[in-house]
Amino acid sequence: MTILEKVTALLGEGAVLEPSTDRVPRIAPGSPDAVALLLGTAHQEGWRVRIEGAGTWLQSDAPADLALTTRRLDRIPAVEPADLTATAEAGIGLDQLRQQLADRGAWLSIDPPGLAGRTLGSIVATATAGPLRHGFGPIKDHLLGVTFVTGDGRMVQSGGRVMKNVAGYDLTRLQAGGFGAFGVIVLVHLRLRTLPRADVTYLLEGAREDLTQVGEDIAAAGLTPAALELVSPALARRERWVLGVRLAGSPALVAADEAGLRAASGGARFMPLRAEEAHAFWMRLAEGFAVRPVTFRIGGVPSASDELLDLLQHQLGDEWISASPAAGAIRWTGDATIDRLQRLRRTLAGLEVPLTLERAPWPLRGAVGHFGAYREGVGPLVAGLRRTFDPGSALVVATEGS
Amino acid sequence: MDGLPTHRRLPDLVVLPGTREELIAVVRLLAAHDVPFVPRGAGTGLSGGALADEGSVLIVLTRLNRILKMDAGNRAAIVEPGVVNAKLSAAAQPHGLQYAPDPSSQSACTIGGNVAENAGGPHCLKYGVTANHVLALELLLADGTMVESGSPGGEPWGPDLVGLFVGSEGNFGIATKITVRLTPLPRAVRTMLADFNGLRTAGEAVSAIIAAGIVPAALEMMDQSCIAAVEDSVYAAGYPRDAAAVLLVELDGRNEAGVIAETEAVAELLRKSGARSVRIAASEAERERLWQGRKKAFGAMGRLSRDLVVQDAVVPRSALPQVLETICTIAKRYDLVVSNVFHAGDGNLHPNISFDATDPALKQRVEAASAEIMSTCIAAGGTITGEHGVGIDKLRYMPLIFDPESLGAMQAVRRVFDPKERVNPGKVVPVHACREWTSIRSAKFGMRNDDRQFNSAFPISHSTLEPVP
Repeated sequence: MTILEKVTALLGEGAVLEPSTDRVPRIAPGSPDAVALLLGTAHQEGWRVRIEGAGTWLQSDAPADLALTTRRLDRIPAVEPADLTATAEAGIGLDQLRQQLADRGAWLSIDPPGLAGRTLGSIVATATAGPLRHGFGPIKDHLLGVTFVTGDGRMVQSGGRVMKNVAGYDLTRLQAGGFGAFGVIVLVHLRLRTLPRADVTYLLEGAREDLTQVGEDIAAAGLTPAALELVSPALARRERWVLGVRLAGSPALVAADEAGLRAASGGARFMPLRAEEAHAFWMRLAEGFAVRPVTFRIGGVPSASDELLDLLQHQLGDEWISASPAAGAIRWTGDATIDRLQRLRRTLAGLEVPLTLERAPWPLRGAVGHFGAYREGVGPLVAGLRRTFDPGSALVVATEGS
Repeated sequence: MDGLPTHRRLPDLVVLPGTREELIAVVRLLAAHDVPFVPRGAGTGLSGGALADEGSVLIVLTRLNRILKMDAGNRAAIVEPGVVNAKLSAAAQPHGLQYAPDPSSQSACTIGGNVAENAGGPHCLKYGVTANHVLALELLLADGTMVESGSPGGEPWGPDLVGLFVGSEGNFGIATKITVRLTPLPRAVRTMLADFNGLRTAGEAVSAIIAAGIVPAALEMMDQSCIAAVEDSVYAAGYPRDAAAVLLVELDGRNEAGVIAETEAVAELLRKSGARSVRIAASEAERERLWQGRKKAFGAMGRLSRDLVVQDAVVPRSALPQVLETICTIAKRYDLVVSNVFHAGDGNLHPNISFDATDPALKQRVEAASAEIMSTCIAAGGTITGEHGVGIDKLRYMPLIFDPESLGAMQAVRRVFDPKERVNPGKVVPVHACREWTSIRSAKFGMRNDDRQFNSAFPISHSTLEPVP
């Protein structure tokens, strides 16, 4: 029997989709149990499995015997507006999830890079936060728990559905940003916020150093923007760098922050956007990171943001960059070689700044790895965790590169 | 014992290293002789998590109490594990900063202990728990290996080992150096006290505030029994004795106008939800007095009788009114005094039972009532601990919320850090309830065994998931 025949016998014809462009059979299990069944079988048979969501973020090109896509795990079993929690399967698109939540007055306050239909599982597995990280924290701060399936088909629950939970070790945080190295996320319990009753965006164009100063003044003035993002001209499609300020929350707080923004900007002319313009600005920013072949993020201390932007400009060019200076987070996208990325990672490591490769074609991803330049003692722990959750190395993940 | 008087253990030896180097030397010596050990901070924990049995060495870290770096510009600090929580905030205050997690024991508890337990506190509703404030950790594993996890900016070197370590209750090793995020001090603060005729009404007021999209800095509830204990103590805060419950609500922010507007909105919501009166603290002294009553409530309840059972369950916020009523019913049925003081905004309950453990019959009733309260919370979709940790106290409840496979996964992760399970043995994971992680898989074609138990913390059966209509 071929792999495809065995999988069809196991999960039924409905689980078999059109193969990917590299002719790897693409399987879409219809339930978490089916994911466990498939991975348990893959482990026993020695199949190599790559994990996919909607196929809009990480390139679907890892060498594998089959591709497991979560796109049929697209249900939202629970939305609890009164508790501000929701439970969603990993294959749900963020756009669909957002809509369902908005209909119930709830909001998942994340705006990850990528296309609107990017799956929740992909966002969690890669921990790709967007500009809203400034006000609401990294992806892991929005998670209450996950259920995942290990590389050998075991289903593991972590966390729960309540706002505070310290029962057991926090395997949820291991999965958030694990890039699938420790299993396939199938179900996610989310912490929500009330849909903001006021949500406004202001833009300011100018020289990068001037905008950085304005950003620092805004922070010093005690404003609490949901997003405070510095965007390169090419990514923003503007003449000069752009500082985007998003204020979201209760009308009273937003009105107070708007007044504060005018006072703090020292005469700088922030341009208010209409709702549809604001939506288009933030969407364009998110989608921009899914267009070019390579995207990575780096995380330094806030005071190093300028120096790090200079470094990126010097080593790779600064065409497509977005940064939350106050959070010390910078995302870059463009074209880069293996050699340049490895050199950059080494340079950054010397500055105590990790580089996480978010997406790249397999030859580059496989060589550079999502992670690298581990500090003392980290490598053996990561290897041990990999062996624990994927003892047969069934999951094809470019954890550290070759 | 620790802050929970119901568990007592006697270690063979207690060591108090005075420097990081001494600590490393001690751990490496114990590794060479295969001796189990238990790291301990100030011993204020409430789960028996830092108790060492006979045959174990207790390593007390309170002498490692230096703030190594205060980086106000980047809003971060690097500290040794024995630094007292409140002292860190005091050191940050001149820079206009604070360390936000504020457990009630913050005047004594240590940052290392906070990291081990993923400690919370009243203001975690807005600012998050310890896990949200730790950027990097230097770790000392049981075999003496050092690990540098996390980075000064918070981005991990690879998978999030910092996130995994926080809350591991000392089972993965010792954090020898901790980089924490500091938060700007609020420029405006308003604290108010609302009193209610019924617990249910107070619970409904909590839901109304959350549903309005307002995130108070703190939203705490105390019931009549707790109010009486506080008012009878030296910590008397002026809470109305005849109230069935009081809510202590604090709003803060960097913008005075915004905080005033939200305070008015919350006061109106409280009145509409049935508050008898809403009192806004008129001075810092009044605010401190209101908070003292809340923060010292555990101490006040400790005066009621010889022993105290402290629970730490969490329920969905909307379930609070029903769960509180059920807890009252259970208390009446077992003829016990149950006092509730808790973080209502998070749904984090602390039903406390005062009793005399020298009375065997009473002790038995307390144990039965405790188990019933926990079952009630789990059945409501909750969990067994929100901030105190599992330790040994809640070990027996772990199989109620995690299936054997998930418990086995936890044990397997622990073995990655500590293959011989020498650090803080016998805590967190009930080994007898774990599915063996390293065994040969089921002979059935890829199938997991069918005897797994999905439990009430995850009451949604995977096979019956239905989309929201």
